[in-house]
Parts: sequence; C-alpha cells; structure tokens
Amino acid sequence: MSELIRVENLTKRFGDFEAVRDVTFTAEAGSITALLGPSGSGKSTVLRMIAGLETPTRGRIWLGQEEQTHTSVQERRVGFVFQHYALFRHLTVWQNVMFGLAVRRMSKRERRARVEELLELVQLGPFRDRYPDQLSGGQRQRVALARALAPRPNVLLLDEPFGALDARVRQDLRRWLDNLHRELGVTSLLVTHDQDEALELANRLVVMREGRIEQVGTPNEIYNEPATPFVAGFVGSANVLHGHVIDGHMEFGEHRVPIANDLADGIDARAFVRPHDVRVRAGGSGGGSGTARATVERIVTLGWLSRVVLRLGDGQAIVAELPSDELCDVGLGDVVAVDVRRALAFRASDVGRLAEFASVES
Amino acid sequence: MVSAARATGRRWSLSSRAAARLRHRSLRAAAVVYLGLMIALPAAVVIDEGFARGLSDLRDGLAYPGAAEAVWLTLATSTAAAVVNAVFGTIIAYVLVRFRFPGRRLLGALVDLPLAIPTLVTGVMLVALYGPASPIGRALEGAGIEVAFARLGILLALLVVTLPFVVRAVQPVLLELDPAEEEAAETLGASGWTTFRRIVLPAIRPAIAAGALLVFARSLGEFGSVVIVSGNITGRTLTAPVLIFQLASQFKPEQAAAVASVLFAISFGTVLITTRLARGRRGGQP
Repeated sequence: MSELIRVENLTKRFGDFEAVRDVTFTAEAGSITALLGPSGSGKSTVLRMIAGLETPTRGRIWLGQEEQTHTSVQERRVGFVFQHYALFRHLTVWQNVMFGLAVRRMSKRERRARVEELLELVQLGPFRDRYPDQLSGGQRQRVALARALAPRPNVLLLDEPFGALDARVRQDLRRWLDNLHRELGVTSLLVTHDQDEALELANRLVVMREGRIEQVGTPNEIYNEPATPFVAGFVGSANVLHGHVIDGHMEFGEHRVPIANDLADGIDARAFVRPHDVRVRAGGSGGGSGTARATVERIVTLGWLSRVVLRLGDGQAIVAELPSDELCDVGLGDVVAVDVRRALAFRASDVGRLAEFASVES
Repeated sequence: MVSAARATGRRWSLSSRAAARLRHRSLRAAAVVYLGLMIALPAAVVIDEGFARGLSDLRDGLAYPGAAEAVWLTLATSTAAAVVNAVFGTIIAYVLVRFRFPGRRLLGALVDLPLAIPTLVTGVMLVALYGPASPIGRALEGAGIEVAFARLGILLALLVVTLPFVVRAVQPVLLELDPAEEEAAETLGASGWTTFRRIVLPAIRPAIAAGALLVFARSLGEFGSVVIVSGNITGRTLTAPVLIFQLASQFKPEQAAAVASVLFAISFGTVLITTRLARGRRGGQP
C-alpha cells in the first residue's frame, strides 16, 4: 500500500533565484524521512514539487513505481499537511474530513464509515460539528491530518506541521504522530527546521542548506558523523574552537584533542565539540594530553542539567553541559581541568562564516 | 511639595479627560450633522413629497405615458448589469489576486478607470465605438445586432460604468483567503472548478452579493452615459432617470417627482437588502 518517494536532480528556479538545486534522495516505503534545514533552504519547495503544487524547473519525481514528474496534483494522491492547517473554515470538522472522499466519489456508506474511523483515530469524534475556529491549534492540526489521511494517500507530506504550535503541544503531537505512523506505516516526508523533531521522528534525515543537500543519513550518522561543518553546527549544538591540526590531533593553545576525522598536518582548522563531550573536574591538575585548564565564567542550571561557560588558557570560550550533581564542588572563578572526549575538525576555509550556525555561544 | 505636585497632576488629568470628551463629542456631532444634512434630509424630503398621498403617488408615477416601460427597462438593464458584472467582476478580482503576470498592475489600474471618467464621456466613447458611423457598429448592424441607440447599448454603458464595484468588493476578501486552503482541496483530488465552487465561492459570496447590489443601485440612477447611448426613444430605450430629466426640464415637477419616488422606493429596498446581507456576514457561522 505504501510507496517510496524518489527525486532525482530536482531543481527549482524562481526568476533568477535558484531555490532548489540538484536534489536527489529516496524516502523508503513505510518510513518517515525528514527534510531538515534553516528557513530558506528550499526544503518546503522540494515538498511542494513532490505534491505537484510547484512545477520543477528540472529533475524527476517518482511516487512508487511510477514517474509522476508531470502529473497533476489531483492524480498524485498525496496527503498534504500545511503549517497553518489550511482547514476549510466554512466547513465543520466532519465536512473537512469528508471533503477528499466526496470528491473521489466513494459510496455514501463507505465515506461515512471512513470519516468515523479517522475522527476516532485522531480522537476528535466529539468535535465533529465544530468549525475550525472553535478548535485549539493542536486539534486543528489533528483535523488536518485526518483530512489528509482520509482518501488513503500513497504518501504523506508534512510541511512544518507543528511549527505554529507552542512547545508543549508540539511535543505531545510529535509523540502522537510517531504512534500514528507506527500504526499506519504510510511513507511520510516531514519538512522541519526543528532538529529535535527530525531526530525524534525520522528514520532518515536529509539536511539541506541554500537549496542543496548537505548530507543524507540516519539520525545517528547525522549527529555523530556530520559530513560538513554546516551539519555539525546545525544539528545539535557545538562549540567551535580555532586551532591547528598536528598528527591527528587538534591543537589550540596548550591543548591537544584527538580528532575523529583525517586532516592534513599543519592546516588552520576549526574543531566542533559537543557540549556533552566536555568534562569538567574540580582542581586544575592531572589528566593526559586531552586535559587543559580553564576558568569557570558562568554556570546556568536547567534543572538536572547544568551549562558551564569556561575560558581556556588561549582566551577561547567553551561550553560544557553536564548533570548538575557533578558540579557540586565547582564554583564561579575556579580554575578547573577540562577534558574534551571527542572533537570533529574541519578546514578553517570550509567553515568560513558557517560558525555562526553553531548554536552554542559563550 | 508632594501634595502640590499631586494636585497639579490631578488637575491636569481632569482637564485632559474633559478635552478628550469634548473631542469625542465634536467628532460625533460632525459625523451626525454632515450625514443628516447630506443624506437624511434630502431622503426625508423625497419620501415626504413622493409618498404624501400614500402609495397612490407611486401609481400615478407609473401611469404617466411611457413611465411604466421606462421603469421596467431600468429594472431589467440594472438586473442584467448586476448579474453580468457579478460574474466578470469576480473573475477579474480572482485573476488580480491569485495570478502573477506581466501587466497585472496595469489591469488593476484599468479597473478603476470608469470611476474617474465622466459618465457622459463614457457614453460618447461607446457611441463612437458602436455607433452607425464606426466600422464596428456597421458590421454589428449588418449582423442584425444594434448596440447604439438600442437596449444593448444601455446595458453596455451600465456594465462599463459599474465595472469596479464587484471587483473592489471581492478583492479584499480574496486577499484574506489563505491560498493553502485551495491547495489543500487540490491535493485532496478536487479539480480547479470544484475547488473554486466549494472552497473559494462560499467565502466570497457575501462580497459578490454586496458588489452586485451596488452595481444594481448605481445602474438604477445612471444618467450620463445612458442619455447619450440609448437614443431615448419613449417606450423602447427611454430609462427612468432620463424620463425624470425630461419631465423636469419640461416643467412638470409633479410628474418628475412621481417617477422619482418609484425609483427611490426601489433603491431604498436595495439598501435594506444590502444592510441585511452585511449584518448576516458579520454574525456567527455561515
């Protein structure tokens, strides 16, 4: 029933502006694939081309075994969920879900049964006679989802589906969508700029920037082995440290850290260090080559987790995140020992101004 | 010191409140007096004159030779104008809002042109275009279609003069409509026409109705363009406003007032329907 989605060399130009450039990827049948990127990276345009709402300038689209590059929106049988719900405001919940069935000419009894089934699925049975403006944001998005799923689409396309909701509702709905997907197994493509959402929901991530794909991989690959400095900075938070590569190590100031990837000796480089890969020990002594001394400049406690801003000997700042109870004997102004467990290095010239994407700041 | 400051503070706030009240009152008075002088008073006079002897004046108005025909012609052409411009005005508004194409701005500006051109000029233009002296007019006449100095000419003049009304009533409502609703309908399998009929139309229907009523009301009284285009043949192409003008200039004020009261009754009814519609749009669910 559910089918794969494949796009090849997809390109979209709006006038002189190239919104999407040579995008190629496959979303496996029955999986959730996330298109992740900052706003303006072209991910929504890719989704809209797959739905048939936008015509590609170049490239091909397959849904299942059939090429659908030139078919109409109506023929593609996709379920589309919009960021701002796009519910029909003059129709009730029931009529909204019914719309796609009425258009496709099923028998009346079948239609009713299907709408019942879907309202049950999204737990909105009691709200069937309400109008969209009488529902909360979360309820509206569930109606939108029921409406999209009602005609049994081949694939489900979600365009920032939780973007307009507040954090709490967003989390609930995310968990709920995850369960729903386990139950239905419909091939889904999720566009989001929220890395947590992508990491939690998707089996595969397609990270995009400025209309191109930066990396395709599992959430683990994307997080632990980012292929580019952009991915390292955009997915998860990272410290960006300036230094040089010497003998498979990154050197900054008196500090040497083994790096996970190969770079030639002596080049100017930037190390990306996850805050949870930074260890802090009271008393500035001991440790091996990976240990350096730093001064504690700020401590922010977020419940069980604490964020510590440290100033290294060479003046660079580094942020560590660790369980609050490991911090009991560390105070402001203390000189502490800092261990960096793991770092990824990229050529300084490749990083360029991208460092600004790194979400940890001192 | 402290109490003095507080005292001045209070006096200052009191006087400012009084000033605000004064401002409100004078603005309200200006609005009421202006509307009263400009609209309510003349309307009261027409009602008083026209219906001084009850509905018999209406009957007298229609009894005048050619008057009933003139009123019917006016009603028929105004209704036709309202229907035709409701359709094309909606199409134009939709195209202007939803499509991006070269010349869109120019088209948008063109819509308002009939408001700026004196209606007499519109009449002259139409006669120049479709009259017997022009090749188009001759060709149409050869095909058995008379435009100038015929009923079709009246309708054409009304259509031109009232073209902006439906466009300008529908446009802002369309602008507020989320295009994603239409896209959602299409992803659900609805054709372009079904999408328009079931998603767009219900949202803009009150605006179309309001615009069409405006077309109708304006058409009832249209004089300048019609007097030139129609030829004013009594019983055939003479409209009610032109008849009123003729009666007034022939020093027959009573008859003029009688026909005028018929027109007034019709337009008053139109206004009542319009306000009813507007109220329906504001209240609750469609």
